[in-house]
Amino acid sequence: MTATKALVDGAIVAKRNLIKIKRVPDLLVFSTMSPIMFILLFAYVFGSAISPGGHANYREFLIPGIFAQTVIFGSTITGAGMADDIQKGIIDRFRSLPMSRSAVLVGRTTSDLLNNVLVVVIMSVTGLIIGWRIRTGFVDAAVGFLLLLAFAYAMSWVMALVGLIVPSPEVVNNASFMLIFPFTFIANTFVPTNNFPAVLKAIANWNPVSSVTQAERELFGNTGGVPPIHTWPLEHAKVYTLLWCIFLVAVFVPLSVRQYRRAASR
Amino acid sequence: MVDVIQARGLVKTYGKLRALDGLDLAVPEGTVLGLLGPNGAGKTTAVRILTTLLTADGGSAQVAGYDIGSQASKVRSHIGVSGQYAAVDEYLTGFENLDMVGRLYGLGAKAARARATELLGRFSLEDAGDRPVKTYSGGMRRRLDLAGALVASPPVLFLDEPTTGLDPRSRIDMWEVIAELVSGGTTLLLTTQYLEEADRLADDILVIDHGRAIAQGTADELKAQVGGERVEVVVSSREDLDAARSVLAEVAIGAVQVDDHTRRLTAPVRGGAEVLMQALRGIDAAGIGVLDIALRRPTLDDVFLSLTGHAAEDAIVEAEAKPGAATVKAGDPA
Ligand SMILES: Nc1ncnc2c1ncn2[C@@H]1O[C@H](COP(=O)(O)OP(=O)(O)OP(=O)(O)O)[C@@H](O)[C@H]1O
Ligand SMILES: [Mg+2]
Repeated sequence: MTATKALVDGAIVAKRNLIKIKRVPDLLVFSTMSPIMFILLFAYVFGSAISPGGHANYREFLIPGIFAQTVIFGSTITGAGMADDIQKGIIDRFRSLPMSRSAVLVGRTTSDLLNNVLVVVIMSVTGLIIGWRIRTGFVDAAVGFLLLLAFAYAMSWVMALVGLIVPSPEVVNNASFMLIFPFTFIANTFVPTNNFPAVLKAIANWNPVSSVTQAERELFGNTGGVPPIHTWPLEHAKVYTLLWCIFLVAVFVPLSVRQYRRAASR
Repeated sequence: MVDVIQARGLVKTYGKLRALDGLDLAVPEGTVLGLLGPNGAGKTTAVRILTTLLTADGGSAQVAGYDIGSQASKVRSHIGVSGQYAAVDEYLTGFENLDMVGRLYGLGAKAARARATELLGRFSLEDAGDRPVKTYSGGMRRRLDLAGALVASPPVLFLDEPTTGLDPRSRIDMWEVIAELVSGGTTLLLTTQYLEEADRLADDILVIDHGRAIAQGTADELKAQVGGERVEVVVSSREDLDAARSVLAEVAIGAVQVDDHTRRLTAPVRGGAEVLMQALRGIDAAGIGVLDIALRRPTLDDVFLSLTGHAAEDAIVEAEAKPGAATVKAGDPA
């Protein structure tokens, strides 16, 4: 009963968030423009100087990394959305209604997942235009996209907690830039990690951003025949990524729901 | 009568500050309790606790027969809340806001839509119903928020300063809506800064300050507590003060107070306009020049001031804007 109610109420809240995206299209424009910009900048500016090794072509190497980075940045929308709801006071209405205590979070993460689907589609098209190709079959490619979205969804719950704790949406945005830039750069997203200094290399190899990226490259056939670095997370990138998704959801769903119950606005 | 809202010893602290300091209150079924108090008295805190938005640090309360702590979700399905700051979604239209609330109450799609349309009409928002709330004025948001509280026709209603920021026309409309709800049997807890509002809507008034109840009663009882009628006279010249005092002493039922500085005399009286006429005749016969003379009945302003020692600034401004509301005096420099 509570689970169905959470889903039904969650769907109502998700619909409301999607209406907001429709009314304020700038949000979507910015969340898709920046990955397009990243793709073009890296492909044309760094692409000429970076060689990922083997037969790989840098643009093919790059796109899975950009996918991973973008969905992680996308998760900040969840945090900013929660903080905004608290600041604007609408959360008081929700909290005074006999609705499921997790519905606002379920709705928020669901609408952000749909937003991410759209962003991934736009990025894929951009990638295809500049020469990225999927070299595997339909099933592998589908698993690739699903894994990417699963990771995005898990990250949304992390950011939801952040959004419930910090005082304003601006703080979510600023704080997330501070954290997400190193998180997504100390990884194999843009360059292979082989030549990283030892400490950074260790971090990068265990960083789930690297495993997501590696899993994407394998599932889309963009590795150029180069085997992964010899560490467990990268040799088992799909499993390692999935474990992270499960871990993040298992930890951050209850934490966020608990924080939601507490979060008093103003 | 059953107490639909009942609280005992509510305490809420913020660090050293005791926002609520052992507040008790009871609202019998179908009645209106007006919670009155100066800024920072703890009105909003009390409302937020009773509506389960905030947890108390001490004390207990039941709303509609359910405990606010252990049966919070039961409480929520029996109440409607309109907080001090409108809790509406800026990006949705007025209709979408109400429709969403209806669905979250579990009304079902069709009923939620019908209810949204009905409430938009009731709060004169039908023309704005299809516009995003972003484009609404403060008063329109306020009305939409109140409509949100009424979506599920809850038997218990909490309204935190429901008419703050409304123009006089909308305020009167709002009072009508509220009176109608109450006559339909809704139990209401209302906070307000407008004493006239409490006077008009509340069956019972609870005055709080520093998180504690300091007085309770009907508007009339509270006024009686502050004192009865009095005649106030402002003489034109200081020399006349003594003569005026002896004239007033004849009609007064207690000591006449004299303020040298403002040349104002105040005499407690009984008998209304009759006594005022008598005083006027006496003053006229003595050839005393007066700037102002008035029969003054205690207002809730007086209650407020004498009980809390703070000025009810908003309320005074309010009374000035409406000449002849409770007093028959003109040109009072407040
Ligand atoms: N989140 C908070 N943190 C710290 N202090 C708070 C908080 N919320 C309320 N207070 C304090 O608690 C006291 C009571 O506040 P409350 O909002 O209940 O007053 P109020 O009677 O509603 O006042 P007003 O008429 O201005 O709306 C105030 O002194 C206020 O500063
Ligand atoms: Mg208040």
